[in-house]
Amino acid sequence: MPFIMAGDPDLTTSASILLRLQEEGADIIELGIPYSDPLADGPVIQAAASRALHSGTTPSKVLEMLSSLRGDLSIPVILFTYSNPLLSRGMERFCDDASQAGAAGLVVPDLPLEEAELLSPLAQARGLDLVLLAAPTTPKERMKRISNRSKGFTYLVSVTGVTGERTNLEGRVKTLVKELKESSSTPVAVGFGISGSDQVIQVRSWGADGAIVGSAFVKRICNAKPEFAVDEVGKFCRELRQAAG
Amino acid sequence: MARTIPSQIKDADLAANARPSALGRFGKYGGQYVPETLIPALIELEEAAKEAWADQSFTHELNQLLKTYVGRSTPLYEAERLTKHYQGPAGGPRIWLKREDLNHTGAHKINNALGQALLAIRMGKKRIIAETGAGQHGVATATVCARFGLECVIYMGEEDMHRQSLNVFRMRLLGATVTPVTAGTATLKDATSEAIRDWVTNVETTHYILGSVAGPHPYPMLVRDFHAVIGEETRQQCAESFGRLPDVLMACIGGGSNAMGLFHPFVKETSVRMIGVEAAGEGIDTGRHAATITEGRVGVLHGAMSLLLQDQDGQVQEAHSISAGLDYPGVGPEHSYLQEIGRAEYVSVTDVQALSALQLVSELEGIIPALETAHAFAWLEKLCPTLSQGTEIVINCSGRGDKDVNTVAKRLGEEL
Repeated sequence: MPFIMAGDPDLTTSASILLRLQEEGADIIELGIPYSDPLADGPVIQAAASRALHSGTTPSKVLEMLSSLRGDLSIPVILFTYSNPLLSRGMERFCDDASQAGAAGLVVPDLPLEEAELLSPLAQARGLDLVLLAAPTTPKERMKRISNRSKGFTYLVSVTGVTGERTNLEGRVKTLVKELKESSSTPVAVGFGISGSDQVIQVRSWGADGAIVGSAFVKRICNAKPEFAVDEVGKFCRELRQAAG
Repeated sequence: MARTIPSQIKDADLAANARPSALGRFGKYGGQYVPETLIPALIELEEAAKEAWADQSFTHELNQLLKTYVGRSTPLYEAERLTKHYQGPAGGPRIWLKREDLNHTGAHKINNALGQALLAIRMGKKRIIAETGAGQHGVATATVCARFGLECVIYMGEEDMHRQSLNVFRMRLLGATVTPVTAGTATLKDATSEAIRDWVTNVETTHYILGSVAGPHPYPMLVRDFHAVIGEETRQQCAESFGRLPDVLMACIGGGSNAMGLFHPFVKETSVRMIGVEAAGEGIDTGRHAATITEGRVGVLHGAMSLLLQDQDGQVQEAHSISAGLDYPGVGPEHSYLQEIGRAEYVSVTDVQALSALQLVSELEGIIPALETAHAFAWLEKLCPTLSQGTEIVINCSGRGDKDVNTVAKRLGEEL
C-alpha cells in the first residue's frame, strides 16, 4: 500500500502517479491531504506537505482530482488527513465530499479511539471506512477495542515515532501483529518506517495483511526529475508488489 | 501561602460543572487529538497528577520549593503612580500588580515547570523536553532540570532564537540543549509541533513539560493547577490589602497560562470581571496579529480543540506579535470556553500600544515588564476611563522585561 502526498509536486502529476500505482499492482493507495502542521510526520512528508501547499493544493482540489479519475481508478483510495482540515470543512460535509469523490476510507493520525467516536458513524453512513491506528505503546486491552472499531483494516504504527524510513523494524512489531490478528478479524496493515522490499517481506511473514510505504515513495517523487517521477514510482511499486507476494 | 487542596478536586465536588469533564473537555473545547502512541502517556500523566495532589509528601515538597527556591509568595503591589496617571477628575480605579516577575527566573513559568519536574521524577522519567517561545518557559524548564539533575532538551523556533538570544544563552548555561526549529514559521507553534514529535518518538523515557494551558488533556488542567497558586495568593492578599475580592483581573494571553493561573480561583466569583488581553500585532485589520479569541474559529491544534487562527481550508495561519511569548495562533481551550459562556472578556492591543505601555510602567513604577505583560498594562488606557473611584484592579505582572531590551531598543531606534 503506497502513500503519496496529493499535490506534490502538483495535482496533475499526483493523478498520473495514482494510475501508475494501480497498474503496478498496488492494492490500496493512501492519499495525503497536505496540512500546515502535520504532527505525526517526519521531515520527508512534512516537506512534501509544504511543497503541495505552496503549489496551491487545497482539500477541495484534491477531491476534484480524485473525482476526475472515477472510472479509471478502481482500487480503493484512503484519504490521509489531519483533524483540523476535516473539522474545518465540517465532519459531515467532508465525508459527503470524500464519498462523492470516490474515496473508500479515511485515516486521521491525530484522532485516537475516543475522539473517533463521532466521526466513525458519519463515515460509515457514507460508505467510508474510518481506519484507526494502533501503536507499540497501546496496551493490549485497548488494542483489542481499536481493532474491533477500526473499519477496513487496522493501521499498526510500527515505531514509537513519526513517519519516515527506518533501517530495521522493531522486533515487537511481530508480537503486535499477532495480538491484533487474535483480537478481531479486521485485517492488519503495518506502516511508519517501512522503506523497502525486505521489510515488506518481513511484515508479511509476521502475518500482516498489508504493508504501508510512505516516505520512501515521497522521497523518490521529490528526488526524481519531474518527467521521470511517475516512472520512478512505478518501478518502486513493482518491486514492492513482488516482495509482498 | 500553603497549597494543600488541588483545584481539580474542588471542582470535582461540583460535579455538574467540573472543568474539565472526565473526557478532558471544557464545554466542547479540549480533548486529546494526538497520535495513538501518546495516549497511554497522557493517561499515565493524568493518573500521576491525581495521585501526586493527594499525596502530602508531594504537596509539601512543592510548597517548600515554591517558597525557598522560587521565592513565593510574590507580593501584591499597589502601583500608586500608575493609579494616579489614570485618574480623571472623578478619580478612577486603584491598580495592583501581582508580582510574578519577582519569581526565580523572572516570570510565572517556573510554577508549572517545577510542578511538572516533580511529577516527572515520580513517574521515573529522566529526560525532559519542552517548547519555548519567548524563552521564559525554556529557561524555567532548564532551571528545574538543573536543580534535579534531569536531561533537558528545549525546542525553540529559529526566529525566536534571534529575538531572544539572551534566553538561549541562559538555557545553555543551565546545561540544556536548545534545538532550533526551522519548519513552518520557525516560532512557538513549530517548536511545539517538534516537541510533540520528539515525545511521540521517546515517550517511554521522556516527560514533556508543556508550558501553557494548551495541548491535549490533561495538560490544560495540569498547567492551570500548578499556576493557580497565583490566584490563590492574590485572593488572600486582596483580603489583607483592602478587605474584599478584587473587581477586575487582567492578564495577557498567548496560550493563556498566567491568565488562567490568576483567574482560576475566581471563576466561580461572578462579581469579579476577568479580562484577557491578546496581541493585535500590527493591527487586527492587517491580518498580522495573534488575537486568537478575537478572530479565530473553532479548530484543533497541538492536541486540543479550541479557537484557532486558520484559513478557510483549516490550514493554521501564521501569528504575528512583537512579543515572542504571545506569537501563537492557538489558545488554551479553557479560555475559549470562558469566552463562550461569557465568564471572561477578551480584548487585544497592538505592538505599538504594548511598547508604549512598557515605557510608561518603566517610568512610573520602576518596573520594566516583559513585552507580553505590557499587553495587559496597555489595556488600562481603554479600561480605566470606564471605571469609577474605588474599583480595585489586579494585573498579573507575569514577567520581567530584561529579556526584551534588545527588541525594545531596536523598535525605538536605539543602538546598543
